[in-house]
Amino acid sequence: MDLDGWERVSATEWRIAPRAPMRVAAVLYADEALLRAMDEKVRQQLVNVTRLPGIVEAAYAMPDAHWGYGFPIGGVAAFDADAGGVVSAGGVGFDISCGVRTVLTALRRPQFEPHQLALANELARAIPAGMGRGGYLHLDDAQLGEVLTGGARWAVEHGYGEPADLLRIEDGGQVLHAKPACVSPRAYARMRDQLGTLGSGNHYLEIQAVSEIYRPEVAEILELHRDDVVVSIHCGSRGLGHQIGTDYLQEMVHAAPSFGLQLPDRELACAPIRSDLGQRYLGAMRAASNCALANRQVLTHLLREVFSRLLPAATLRVLYDVSHNICKEETHQVDGAPRRLFVHRKGATRAFGPGHADVPDALRTVGQPVLIGGSMGTGSFVLVGAHADGARAFGSACHGAGRSMSRTGAAKRWSGRQIVAQLAERGILIRSPSMRGVAEEAPEAYKSIDQVVDAAEAAQLAHKVARLEPLVCIKG
Amino acid sequence: MHRQPETMPAIAEPHWEVYAHGADVGIRGFGAGLAEAFEAVGLALTSVVCELSRVQASHAVEVHCAAREPEALLFEWVNAIVYEMAIRRMLFRRYRVAIVDCELTASLWGEALDPQRHEPAVEVKGATYTDLRVQQDDSGRWSAQCIVDV
Repeated sequence: MDLDGWERVSATEWRIAPRAPMRVAAVLYADEALLRAMDEKVRQQLVNVTRLPGIVEAAYAMPDAHWGYGFPIGGVAAFDADAGGVVSAGGVGFDISCGVRTVLTALRRPQFEPHQLALANELARAIPAGMGRGGYLHLDDAQLGEVLTGGARWAVEHGYGEPADLLRIEDGGQVLHAKPACVSPRAYARMRDQLGTLGSGNHYLEIQAVSEIYRPEVAEILELHRDDVVVSIHCGSRGLGHQIGTDYLQEMVHAAPSFGLQLPDRELACAPIRSDLGQRYLGAMRAASNCALANRQVLTHLLREVFSRLLPAATLRVLYDVSHNICKEETHQVDGAPRRLFVHRKGATRAFGPGHADVPDALRTVGQPVLIGGSMGTGSFVLVGAHADGARAFGSACHGAGRSMSRTGAAKRWSGRQIVAQLAERGILIRSPSMRGVAEEAPEAYKSIDQVVDAAEAAQLAHKVARLEPLVCIKG
Repeated sequence: MHRQPETMPAIAEPHWEVYAHGADVGIRGFGAGLAEAFEAVGLALTSVVCELSRVQASHAVEVHCAAREPEALLFEWVNAIVYEMAIRRMLFRRYRVAIVDCELTASLWGEALDPQRHEPAVEVKGATYTDLRVQQDDSGRWSAQCIVDV
């Protein structure tokens, strides 16, 4: 996009002052090159978000912002229920509580490398990935209802993991105030055999090595050292979350006139937080969050089973688990006073800084880990939140690289088999049920993750701790 | 060769296309009538998942949906196919649609998804309102389209 209309606040902060019908400013964190490379739609969508009732402070966009549905992906917006604030199904997205979990293995790269091929093959067999591959659990509606209330805690109580895992998951692994009764029968039906599955698209399970440490004192607390082997899992709430997103998007679009809402874009569909529809959506969304947390927990269990068979020297412990498509009720300082806000993060990661009460005890001195996934051939990053008081974008940072080329474009340009062969030459083993899927996820179809992360660091959204490079990638 | 069911309608292959959109994909169908354009959208949707030629039309599924206007009906229709694909773990190769007063009844012919043979590239999460359009051009030809989230 061109820079017209953007006021340059600093090298990495851009602002559009509010003028009617905007209610608040639009603020975008990125360097000039990233901003220029963004689609014009990002500005338009961000400005549209500023028009929603009850929005507080500003609508924010992260350095990886791109054209989404209603909200830009990489968008953050907070609403005050007391000020007529809204909750938006589009502002959370279809893949509710999609997120990243990173697991430490206590292995060093030289210990791992002799087992790389065997692990790649065994993980491809053991981890259900791609469309049409169900999980090992078959749950009836009553059992699913328990998952939707219990989250990762349900999974641990049923033998999928260890109680200590829960300490390293947002909300202790269980989002409160979930309402499984607000989830449609269709959403239940889509989840029956999906718990413990990766899904497809940009979701993955990846074995990675720490290739660089930027803040040794923080890395020490996170127990990350150069050449350590870790595993990252990127996935969400599967068919259940997709169906909830669809159901409530549609209901909110239809109900908008009854709330007196004039939406500049149907995808911005929302409902007042203090309405029956708003409360039902929040209850269903929290249920989907628990589904996502349980999903990543069951996948971690499958991962542990594979490592215990092939490389028993490994001890798998959760570093952290954070969602990046979610609306959370949080307290933030606004104009010097604490306010209870419903913070939407759509393709944005919560990034609470050192000392924040919601950061696990063991990590509180350094801040909450921010897990940022790259494409399969490049790298991923671990950062930590920069501000205890959520001073930037309500304590948020970017979530990934973002695409630079469409799926259709990538599938035309690259062959999946070639990509797998090229990456194998670089020591990266890709396993996927679909070669077209691999082509669509070609590393070069994504923006530079390094540029995005450097902008997040320069904008003081989060601090870089470690870079991770892929060794094995199980793609959905 | 697989023998198609006798109830299969003898129609020309409808005209459809997929188009690029950011991280996701657009689907578009054309037809002499609204129903035919919706049938073509179904084929475009299957082709987002895998190559159409890999899918056989051996089993039929019935779908019914309704809405207040054609665009809302398209949203319902695409989501109905997504739902049937998900819960039955099927892919669909032929669609026959009838629309009367924004009430749609359809037969979908397809087969059980076989990951090895179909190599599904992505799973469709749902229809979106982005680029959602149902329209008739000056020559009377219908088109129906939307972006799907994958």
